[in-house]
Amino acid sequence: MGKKASTLPNMAITLVIITMIAGGSLGYIYKLTSGPIAVAKEQKQQEAIRLVVPEFDNNPAQEMYKIAADGGDSLNVFPAKKDGINVGVAIESVSHKGFSGDVKIMVGILPDGTISNYAVLEHKETPGLGTKMVTWFKPSDDAEAGASGNAFANWLFGIKSDSGGGNTSIVGVDPTETNLTVSKDGGDIDAITAATISSRAFLDAVQKAWATYNKNADAYSSATTKSNDAQEGGAQ
Amino acid sequence: MNQWKNFTKGFFKDNPVFVMLLGMCPTLGVTSSAVNGLGMGLATTFVLVMSNIVVALVKDFIPDKVRIPAFIVIIASFVTIVEMVMQAYIPALFEALGLFIPLIVVNCLVLGRAEAFASKNAVGSSIIDGLGMGLGFSMALTMLGAIRELLGSGKIFGFSLFAESYGMLIFVLAPGAFIALGYLTAFINKVRKT
Repeated sequence: MGKKASTLPNMAITLVIITMIAGGSLGYIYKLTSGPIAVAKEQKQQEAIRLVVPEFDNNPAQEMYKIAADGGDSLNVFPAKKDGINVGVAIESVSHKGFSGDVKIMVGILPDGTISNYAVLEHKETPGLGTKMVTWFKPSDDAEAGASGNAFANWLFGIKSDSGGGNTSIVGVDPTETNLTVSKDGGDIDAITAATISSRAFLDAVQKAWATYNKNADAYSSATTKSNDAQEGGAQ
Repeated sequence: MNQWKNFTKGFFKDNPVFVMLLGMCPTLGVTSSAVNGLGMGLATTFVLVMSNIVVALVKDFIPDKVRIPAFIVIIASFVTIVEMVMQAYIPALFEALGLFIPLIVVNCLVLGRAEAFASKNAVGSSIIDGLGMGLGFSMALTMLGAIRELLGSGKIFGFSLFAESYGMLIFVLAPGAFIALGYLTAFINKVRKT
């Protein structure tokens, strides 16, 4: 069987048929995998919420609401409650200043305004550098256990893990007192070694979450005072 | 015997990384750890085998002048399938490999085998060629990843051998990839010739 001649109709028809088959099969696979992809993402979200806020017994995903942030984004806020009392909020924040693509994180903020923990949801930073943000900004114990688990080696050689030094942790920090920018920009947090851009993006996302939380807190407290006023007024 | 040679040529005689120097972008990009290298290698192997099969099947129906766009569409489809399946069922690996998965499309190894082998041979030999080349590529990436991981962070496949702070950061970074690849290539070629 000889090859088809390269005439215009032949070429056009061949390409049309190939792209149609390719498109059709991709659509089919997309249909098959879109369910599991959504499930995997949701699971990750649930785990992230569980990680960043204290124990809760409500379903934060159901009580999720959106708040507009500066720069045209709207952030998802997941309130965590135990026995109906607020124990903290998890805020899904995003920064567009990443080294390659967006950095999506989940930040947990306690009712007293301190950051309880964070989890990185999605990023496309350089493997081995920017990817360190997953543990870098946690207290050194967590970072060590999560990053390498080389406690034995550390003990053997009597050295400290390099992620333990300096002011790298944002956990337990009150953003009203601490400047959440990298030390190169005059802030209080040390950037990841050789990944300042990724660090900036990460802290940018944290700051966004914090700003959103503040807006939210104002709205929440003013709403309660209003209803209190109304009740008092009714009593009088 | 002939098919056996066809299979093993990808490992040593015509290793895509060390001998043909094809697919350098993922080779240098993802091999910061052995697991990443292995995952990338296996994903590429899958794409390579599938595209070799399809190209060998349809080669007689494709006019010569449009064969490259046709091959690229076939390869891109399989890469997208790998990307979606990986995202759905092994999200951890998908995160580690990140943007290098879509870049399998432009890995010249895949198009190179489609053009140089599958478009001239039968389906059976094309499958074996794809498997051999893909596994040779995986082997090279895993070796490179293991060396970089060991020198850069004191680990192999995530198992810690010595403290991370003794590691040389340069081997995790891009220059380390070039250095390690250069020495490995020189070593393999020396061994190959003797």
